[in-house]
Amino acid sequence: MHYEAKVGHIGGNLSALDAILHLHSSVMGDADIFVLSKGHSAGALYVSLWATGQISDDALRSFHGNGTALAGHPIAGWHKRIAYATGSLGHGLGLAAGVALGKQLRGDPGRVFCLLSDGECQEGSIWEAVIFVHHRKLANLVVLVDVNGLQGFGSTRDIASLEPLAPKFRGFGLTVEEIDGHSPEALDAALAKRGDGPLVVLLRTVKGRGVSFMEGRMEWHYLPLNESQYQLAMRELMEI
Amino acid sequence: MRNAFCSALVSLSARKQIVFMTGDLGFMALEPLQAAMGDRFINAGVAEQNMVTVAAGLASGGEQCWVYSIAPFVYGRPFEQIRNDVCLHNFDVKLIGNGGGYGYGVMGATHHAIEDYGVLCGLQNMHVHVPAFADDVEPIVRRMAASRHPAYLRLGRCEKPKNWMLPSYAPWRLLLPGSAGVFVIVGPGAGGLLEALTQIAEAERPEVWVATDLPFQMEAIPSRCIEKIRETGSLFVLEEHVAHGGAGQMLAHLLLEEGVHPGRFRHFHAEGYRSGLYGSQAFHRAENGLDPASVLAVLAEAGHRDTV
Repeated sequence: MHYEAKVGHIGGNLSALDAILHLHSSVMGDADIFVLSKGHSAGALYVSLWATGQISDDALRSFHGNGTALAGHPIAGWHKRIAYATGSLGHGLGLAAGVALGKQLRGDPGRVFCLLSDGECQEGSIWEAVIFVHHRKLANLVVLVDVNGLQGFGSTRDIASLEPLAPKFRGFGLTVEEIDGHSPEALDAALAKRGDGPLVVLLRTVKGRGVSFMEGRMEWHYLPLNESQYQLAMRELMEI
Repeated sequence: MRNAFCSALVSLSARKQIVFMTGDLGFMALEPLQAAMGDRFINAGVAEQNMVTVAAGLASGGEQCWVYSIAPFVYGRPFEQIRNDVCLHNFDVKLIGNGGGYGYGVMGATHHAIEDYGVLCGLQNMHVHVPAFADDVEPIVRRMAASRHPAYLRLGRCEKPKNWMLPSYAPWRLLLPGSAGVFVIVGPGAGGLLEALTQIAEAERPEVWVATDLPFQMEAIPSRCIEKIRETGSLFVLEEHVAHGGAGQMLAHLLLEEGVHPGRFRHFHAEGYRSGLYGSQAFHRAENGLDPASVLAVLAEAGHRDTV
C-alpha cells in the first residue's frame, strides 16, 4: 500500500499495526471507540479495518491517491470507525477524554481506546489531558502508547527523553502496564486490569517491525520503499 | 453581558441537556449556572487546549458543549484545537469569550481580544456572534443552541443608553434613522455612539445599523441598508477589532462583489497600542479613535467637506 503510493511513515505503522489490528479484530465491540492520536499511523488503521472487512479492497487501493478518503492522516466523517481527523500530534487524548466523559455523564457502555506515540508525549497538551482524565476518574479510557523509541529526526532518548515513561504516568496517578507491544496475549492481559481510573498500556514496540532493514531504523519514519526494498520486505513478511 | 449570559445558560440548561466547561474563570458570575447544571458544569482547570479538545470529544458523542474563558484564552491559546478538533469536524462546540476588544482595559494586552473574530471567521464552519447589548445575549444564545455548528460568542460590557427603547433583537437592526450615509456598528461600542449621534440632526447624521453575526452574508443584510448605502454613497463601520479580517473588510468585500461601491468608506477600527501605554477600555478606544468624540469629529469633518 505504501509502496504503491510511494509514501513513507512505514516504520511507525509497522510498530503500531499489531496492537491496532488486535483491538479491531478481537477486543473492541460496537460501543467501543478508537482514537488514533498518532495520525501518521493511519495506514495501520486502514489495513486493520480492511482486514476486519470494514474497508473494501478498492477503498484500500485508493490510499494516498487523488480523490481518496484514505489520506495520509485520517480524515473524519466517511467511516464510523474513523471519527477523528488527527495528524497534528497531541490532540487524540483530549478527544478520547471527551468521548469517555460523555459516556460517563450519560451512563453509556463501552470503552475508549486512544493510541499515542512516544514522541507525541513531548506535546504539552498530552499532559494537560493526563491531568484531566485522572481527575475525572475516566475508568472507561485506555491510553496505549506505541513506544518504539524513535521519532522524526532521531531517537526519543537523544531528542527529548521522557524515559522512564511509566513513572511519569504513574506520577500523575494513572495505572500503568508495560508490555511487549507486538503480543496480542500480553495486550489482552493488560486490558483485563481495571481500576477506578484510566489505564495506560505502554507498548514496547519495534519501529519497522517485521522488515529487517527497517527495524529500529529512524529513517523509516519518513522514507518510501523502492522496488527492491519492497520485494525484500514482502519476502521477509511472508516468512513470518 | 456576563450575567445575561449566565441567566440565558441557566434557562437553556433547563430545557436542553448541554455541557458547560470553564477554564477556571467565572468566579462571582457563573455560580448560578454551576448550581443549575450539577455534574454537567465542568471546571477544566487552567488548560484551555485540553478544554477545547475535550469539548470536541464530548460533541462527537452528541453533546452540545459550551466553553467559557476570557476571550484571548478561548480563541488564541487553543487555536489549533479549535481549527482541527472543533471546526474541521463541524462539532457542536460553542466558544464564549468574555471581554472582547479592549474590554479588560488596564489588565493589559494579554487579556485583550482585538483580532478574535478575524482569526476565527477564517475557520471552516465557524459562526461568530457579537452582541451589542445585554438584551441581545439571550436571543443569540437561543440561536446558537438551535444550531449544530461551531460558534464563538464575544461578550462585552453593555453600554445601552439610559431610557433607550431597543427594538427586538435581529442580526441586523436599524437603531437610528439618518440621511448622511450608513453607519454599521459591531459590538457594544454602539451604545455610546448612539447616544452621541442622537445629538445630531437626522438630516446630518448617518443611519445607524447594528450587526451581530459574522462572517456577513449578503442575503442577511436588509435591502433597506443596501439601498441607503447606494443612495447616499457613504458607509462608516465601527468595531473594536483590527482592520485585518474585521467586519469592515468583510462588508467592503461583500459590497464590492455586489456592485455596491460607496464613494466614501471610513472604517473605525482598533490598531493596537500606539502609545505603548495602558488604561481603561475608554482609554484604548480614545487612543484608537473609537470613542464617540473622535467619531463625531470625523463625521463633522466629512459633513463639512460635503458642504464646501
